[in-house]
Amino acid sequence: MTAAATIVRTWSCIVFVAALAIAGECLIAAAMRKLGDLDTLRSGTGLRSYLGPVRAVLSSPIFLIGALCMALNFFAMLFTLSVVDLSLAAPAIGSLTYVGNAIAAKLFLHENVDRRRWLATSFLAVGVVLVSR
Amino acid sequence: MTHRLKPSQYAILVAVMLTASVGDTLLTKGMKQVGPVDLHHLSLLWHALFNPFIDVGIILLIGFFACYMTSLSFADLTFVMPATAFGYVVIALLSRFWLHEHLSISRWIGILLITSAVGFVANSPSRTEHPNLDRMDSGVAL
Repeated sequence: MTAAATIVRTWSCIVFVAALAIAGECLIAAAMRKLGDLDTLRSGTGLRSYLGPVRAVLSSPIFLIGALCMALNFFAMLFTLSVVDLSLAAPAIGSLTYVGNAIAAKLFLHENVDRRRWLATSFLAVGVVLVSR
Repeated sequence: MTHRLKPSQYAILVAVMLTASVGDTLLTKGMKQVGPVDLHHLSLLWHALFNPFIDVGIILLIGFFACYMTSLSFADLTFVMPATAFGYVVIALLSRFWLHEHLSISRWIGILLITSAVGFVANSPSRTEHPNLDRMDSGVAL
């Protein structure tokens, strides 16, 4: 394989894994936001009282699609690690996921990503690269 | 509503930080004891289930997922993000002080950056107030 083809394969793997993670987290966040505070879904006492929230979460189609994305993300990550070095894949995927999450949260979840949160996101992206190298 | 968090909700965020990182560390320790698994030795995965480190790791990761989803039910994704990223810091500190690995200067700088990111958002409103969101809450969009 030529050097250019290797670079294209490496980065398409990394972007694909990060995109699945972003899709999964945003869908799960959207599902949980729709359900609202889980405490209000509890009834009864003891461990049984958690049945209500668990049932509500598991019967949410948005959550299920999000969880599917997370599962695909896991297997895509396994595949990526077989063709890309961990020392490149882990920091690149981690930091792309955080930046992508902030952009997707603003675009699709309409979260108020103010200057403080952008600053936090860029610190996270750089920090994750430095820590996981 | 000012969207300040209750102490119990802060506790859930702390649980998100700790369970993911400690769970991953335990799985790593357990799998090192079990040995490398490949397609021809999948039965090793069954044996892995009887390793106490793996068991506690799995329980912690299930707890992580429950706490993570609970936190998303009361806070924004961009508010919870620094909490999940703080797991990297916990893993780095665990490897420094428990596994006695060497941490390079760049890792310490990374730890500093992630920690300050947590500081930036920790005191800010946890949930966006937006008319569109109320529509979304009622299930019109998405």
